[in-house]
Amino acid sequence: MTTQPTLERVAMAKAINLGLRRAMERDSKVMLMGEDIGPLGGVFRVTDALQKDFGDARVVDTPLAESGIVGAAIGLAFAGYRPVCEIQFDGFIFPAFDQITTQLAKVHYRSGGRVEMPIVIRVPYGGGIGAVEHHSESPEALFAHTAGLRVVTPSTPSEAFTMIQQAIASPDPVLFFEPKARYWDKEEIDTHADDAALGLIEGPDGVAPGVAGLERARVLTSGTDVTVAAYGPTVRTALTAARVAGEEGRSLEVIDLRSISPLDIDTVATSVTKTGRLVVVHEAPTFFGAGAELAAAVTERCFYSMQAPVLRVGGFHTPYPVANIEEEYLPSLDRVLDAVDATLGY
Amino acid sequence: MITTDTSGATPYSDTVGSHHPDTGSGSPDHTVQLLSPTGERITDAVYSARADHLDRAALEGLYRDMALTRRFDTEATSLQRQGELGLWPPCLGQEAAQVGSARALRPQDFVFPSYREHGVAWVRGVDMRQLLLLYRGREHGGWDARAHNYNVPTLVIGSHALHAAGYGMGIQRDGDVGTGDRDRDRAVVAYFGDGATSQGDVSEGMVFAAAVSAPVIFFCQNNQWAISVPAAKQSRIPLVHRGEGFGIPSVRVDGNDVIACYAVMAEALERAHSGGGPTFIEAVTYRMGAHTTSDDPTRYRSRAEEEHWRQRDPLARLRTHLESIGTGEDFFTALEAEAEQLGEDARSYCRALDKPDAESMFDHVYATPHSQIERDRAWFRDYQASFEDGVAR
Ligand SMILES: Cc1ncc(C[n+]2csc(CCOP(=O)(O)OP(=O)(O)O)c2C)c(N)n1
Repeated sequence: MTTQPTLERVAMAKAINLGLRRAMERDSKVMLMGEDIGPLGGVFRVTDALQKDFGDARVVDTPLAESGIVGAAIGLAFAGYRPVCEIQFDGFIFPAFDQITTQLAKVHYRSGGRVEMPIVIRVPYGGGIGAVEHHSESPEALFAHTAGLRVVTPSTPSEAFTMIQQAIASPDPVLFFEPKARYWDKEEIDTHADDAALGLIEGPDGVAPGVAGLERARVLTSGTDVTVAAYGPTVRTALTAARVAGEEGRSLEVIDLRSISPLDIDTVATSVTKTGRLVVVHEAPTFFGAGAELAAAVTERCFYSMQAPVLRVGGFHTPYPVANIEEEYLPSLDRVLDAVDATLGY
Repeated sequence: MITTDTSGATPYSDTVGSHHPDTGSGSPDHTVQLLSPTGERITDAVYSARADHLDRAALEGLYRDMALTRRFDTEATSLQRQGELGLWPPCLGQEAAQVGSARALRPQDFVFPSYREHGVAWVRGVDMRQLLLLYRGREHGGWDARAHNYNVPTLVIGSHALHAAGYGMGIQRDGDVGTGDRDRDRAVVAYFGDGATSQGDVSEGMVFAAAVSAPVIFFCQNNQWAISVPAAKQSRIPLVHRGEGFGIPSVRVDGNDVIACYAVMAEALERAHSGGGPTFIEAVTYRMGAHTTSDDPTRYRSRAEEEHWRQRDPLARLRTHLESIGTGEDFFTALEAEAEQLGEDARSYCRALDKPDAESMFDHVYATPHSQIERDRAWFRDYQASFEDGVAR
């Protein structure tokens, strides 16, 4: 069945709100839990009006305890529910780190595959909003390093709308990192896209609903000189770099990784086989970051096609600095273009 | 002076319903009050003795602390509105809980605050202007914690309850409890909110402090709201009973009564200093402003509620009392001028702040050299220099 596209121009925060709404309408077991997500609608208003429309049994303002939120979500999943947890800010996920890494990530393994943990943990992350400490971090690598968790991050409103529904459909736990600096970016989305279009139907090869769509990287601009892989908040920077470089006669192939665990090595390797060069961009520190893993994996696959070492543009091995100097810390357009130049210099 | 039972049952004074009878002062179901909302002194069988020595000059001092705190807080809120600060969490309405409790401290006592304790910072002698540095995004801290025995804010809710427990264990190991020497015995205070009581770290902090009878005061300002979540969502019982559950002597106080806050803290400190172990204090107060300047309270609470608490303003009641015992208009006029000056100083200081050197982000990550930091720093330095040389694009 195909429906007429119902295009609505919305900001990313609203797109996620609409995605949550669709998921809750689709499955009565889906419920939301977190701090201030009820009457306030979350500090970023992502859950705006959902408690009013779905009631406080399905949209739960929890006590102030992240370990409690995730631990209780695990119990709810045992009882057959599909909790979507909101962690208010990246830096406040750590009280829940124990529940996420020792329990959530391992229940399926421990149970010999008998118990699934279809839990989504939504985390506004990343910097650039002038915030105080703990409100600008990018801790995705810590979770990608933990087997049993899927880690994804949308870069645009339409991606966010689709991916949140795919994450909720996933039988595996998903860390859903939302680039908070992009919450206000607007785009047209098809709010009535059907389940097939949203990738929510089980694949012909038995791939669980949601999962196939979630783990694929997307090639955003086709190019021949350098592959630039980015995700979340840095995708927009990478696209700008491609435009600017294009004006100077350099052709960049921008890839939105979308998923950090797993990493879609195939898509990146195919691109690098063509371009011979790779620059990886993320806000998180490069030291032991997603870019390091991607660099190693791509080098293993594409060594004979490569014209230059993989370069990384990202955060330094420091805590996230004070807001006054965050622009110097964040991977800027200049730094991406510099890396592109450097990789072309080999 | 009037003598009355002041459990003060009002629709909002204690949103977490009490299921226990108030058996009078000394019972945790009693709310200690020494100054009524209308400004009359109240006699309390247990706590009056702790505050009887506060003469008019001392009370004027407390009023001054609160008035200056409020003026500074208001200035900071407007500095945020003018774009000079990224964020500000106002302490409006909580001045009595903060100033009263802090004035009972001795210089050698240590404080772990959360982010709203501007009145405590003032009493501890922190240069108030330094409070702006964190919220301007210029520093993560702002001052030397050990210089004032007052730590910089902990923004992760509840974490510091455990730090206080550990600090108390340190005091015990130094032998600085129960010596009877006023200048030697020490204690430590953790300030946190009603929401924080739900965090595991706060429970663990109480478990640890109770287990070893550490000289720790858990000072919970129940300001009724954790952003948009009412205190009743955090606890089915009055918060003061949380302390009791851990075997910690506990007391609830009218947090808008600066004299009572002073008195209950004085008692708790005496217990801690003398080796009697921890105390849990629930100061019932109200966050009259927004959670922070980013917050919109109209989404979750009523004007009527705000108005109810405005009637219980901690400054107004002490002012009424002071006027009744002879403090003249000239005191308030002079104080206003002093407050104006404080606000003015904060404003000009804040506006004059420059941006820190970007390379400072690499400083202090470790106490010793670390090769990864040095690599990143060297890269950054070269990169910055490339702009100066006009080499980079
Ligand atoms: C671990 C953690 N989770 C969430 C937050 C976000 N947050 C900041 S303040 C706050 C509410 C705190 O309420 P309460 O403890 O009552 O203190 P109040 O702000 O009312 O003084 C929340 C949820 C945080 N800072 N730390």
